[in-house]
Amino acid sequence: MQNEGLKNIWAKYQKEIADDHYYYLRSCIRQNFFPGAEYYFLKILREVLGKDVYDDPRHTTCTGIGYHSDIVPFETIQTVVAREFALMTAAGYRNVAVSCVTSFGIYSEILETWREFPKELQKARENLWKATKREFEIPENIAHASDIIYKFRHQIAEKAKYKLVNTNTGKPLQIVEHIGCHYAKMFPVKGIGGAEFPQVLSGMIAAWGGDVVDYPERRHCCGFGFRQYLVQQNRGYSLSNSKKKLESMQPYEPDAIICNCPGCTMFLDRWQYTLYEMEGKRYGQNNESIPVLAYEELAALVLGFEPWNVGLQMHEINTESLLDKMGIAYNPDEKYLDKNKQPIGSFNKTGCLSCC
Amino acid sequence: MPTITERLAQDVRFKESINSCINCGVCTAICAAAEFYDYSPRQIAGIVQEGNEEKIIALLKSDTIWFCGQCMSCKTRCPRNNCVGIIIAVLRKISQEEGYFVESRMGRQQLLIKRNIGSTILKYGYCIHPEIVNPEYHPEQGPTWEWVYKNKEKVYERMNANLDKPGSGTLRKIEQDTLQELRDIFEVSGGVELFDKIEKYSFEKAAEMGLASNPDSMDNYVKYISNE
Repeated sequence: MQNEGLKNIWAKYQKEIADDHYYYLRSCIRQNFFPGAEYYFLKILREVLGKDVYDDPRHTTCTGIGYHSDIVPFETIQTVVAREFALMTAAGYRNVAVSCVTSFGIYSEILETWREFPKELQKARENLWKATKREFEIPENIAHASDIIYKFRHQIAEKAKYKLVNTNTGKPLQIVEHIGCHYAKMFPVKGIGGAEFPQVLSGMIAAWGGDVVDYPERRHCCGFGFRQYLVQQNRGYSLSNSKKKLESMQPYEPDAIICNCPGCTMFLDRWQYTLYEMEGKRYGQNNESIPVLAYEELAALVLGFEPWNVGLQMHEINTESLLDKMGIAYNPDEKYLDKNKQPIGSFNKTGCLSCC
Repeated sequence: MPTITERLAQDVRFKESINSCINCGVCTAICAAAEFYDYSPRQIAGIVQEGNEEKIIALLKSDTIWFCGQCMSCKTRCPRNNCVGIIIAVLRKISQEEGYFVESRMGRQQLLIKRNIGSTILKYGYCIHPEIVNPEYHPEQGPTWEWVYKNKEKVYERMNANLDKPGSGTLRKIEQDTLQELRDIFEVSGGVELFDKIEKYSFEKAAEMGLASNPDSMDNYVKYISNE
């Protein structure tokens, strides 16, 4: 097949990703709900790939959730982002690794604004100086954390202990990937593969032995909707969008869903629980729910890190079916133990959770 | 005093988001909000492009501008490279600056978001902290989250997090000097001014509705907008 033309078209949707020396910016949602994902991202970069990453205690939220729910003005978020860049500059770094897709979209939007409207950049510099007496350089390279895992996906594959292969059948696992709207829908050139055919997760899945499920609502929003979830009365919007995706992927019987964005990971996990409680319906194989993982968690599993150390017990939907298929050894009795191997509180998994 | 249309045009985001819309409706076809609400981004683009001051003010007072979920799917597909999601953000900004947001049910909810996410940002340095995800108001988070919430210290310690403690790491305590920098940024860049406006207009509406007699006793209004 002659595909030089296609290669030329998609060449512009490849991005440069720095090779080393990252200034890490954490995610509000990922820290709360999947803290192991951030821990293992840093561990993989430092200990498996030998990279230098700076984890600065002084950086804060980018305020992106506040901005997209309209309580934080554009001028304010520009100044908060300017402060993150000032910290990066002061620490001697020029490459940023962003844990959150909402933040990544914010950085993309603000850098484009500063490029198009230099007066906005000047105003951000003045505001930052007035508030903090800090100055900043614009980063040379901004990557979402998943871009970095994508860049090193083949090195991870070389060191992998497990593959995305069903050890019972020898066949590739069927994986749904969900990118998250703000990764590339606003600025397609900022994402690997653009907005329509992002490769950032599908590249990892293929490198680690799995097959990517291509289903009709693959690019549909998870339904976060910012104010549509934050305000309790509006959550039907959020739930309905996830339901639309789950119904669309169900016929393909996926083994797992892998997410790029921390919010999407949480919603596709939690709304499966909610939908079962509301309607008694599940969307996975054998009338079970579909495990939902962050890409960092998946990378850690592939590399052989222990599932409960990675934090899979914090997911509402059990992930054991995926672990079993991959042939990953784990002790079910240690799932809810603390660091000293003592039980952490107690709770009864009911309904959906009793068996999925 | 500039007109609303002029104020829209002054926002750089608005300038970048509307380039002679051809009203093709692709944005509405892809819109996540249009499927679940009586909402059409195509109509929003049409109204702001028309520049009719009365129609725009009616929009600013309506539920309509609060339906968008800010997914920005409209941006990807628009053949004119417009972005109604960003136009909506600018409309919402002006609606809050002018106090029009309290005239609609969905708009009034901004007080809830300001008091929840806004307060969390300035108190913790994060948009979300485990403390604010109370299972009582988040039944969708399920029993696992309830277990996490009740046993925060041990669960986050197990995950190698650094919950509310000094130093780096997941959910570390953001130190006071950093929080002060964040507050100073909000002060100089209009963040505090917007918070104050949301409170001021919400109180005036609460007083008009007979649900509050002073700004410190807004409980009945908050209860009302949480359930209307």
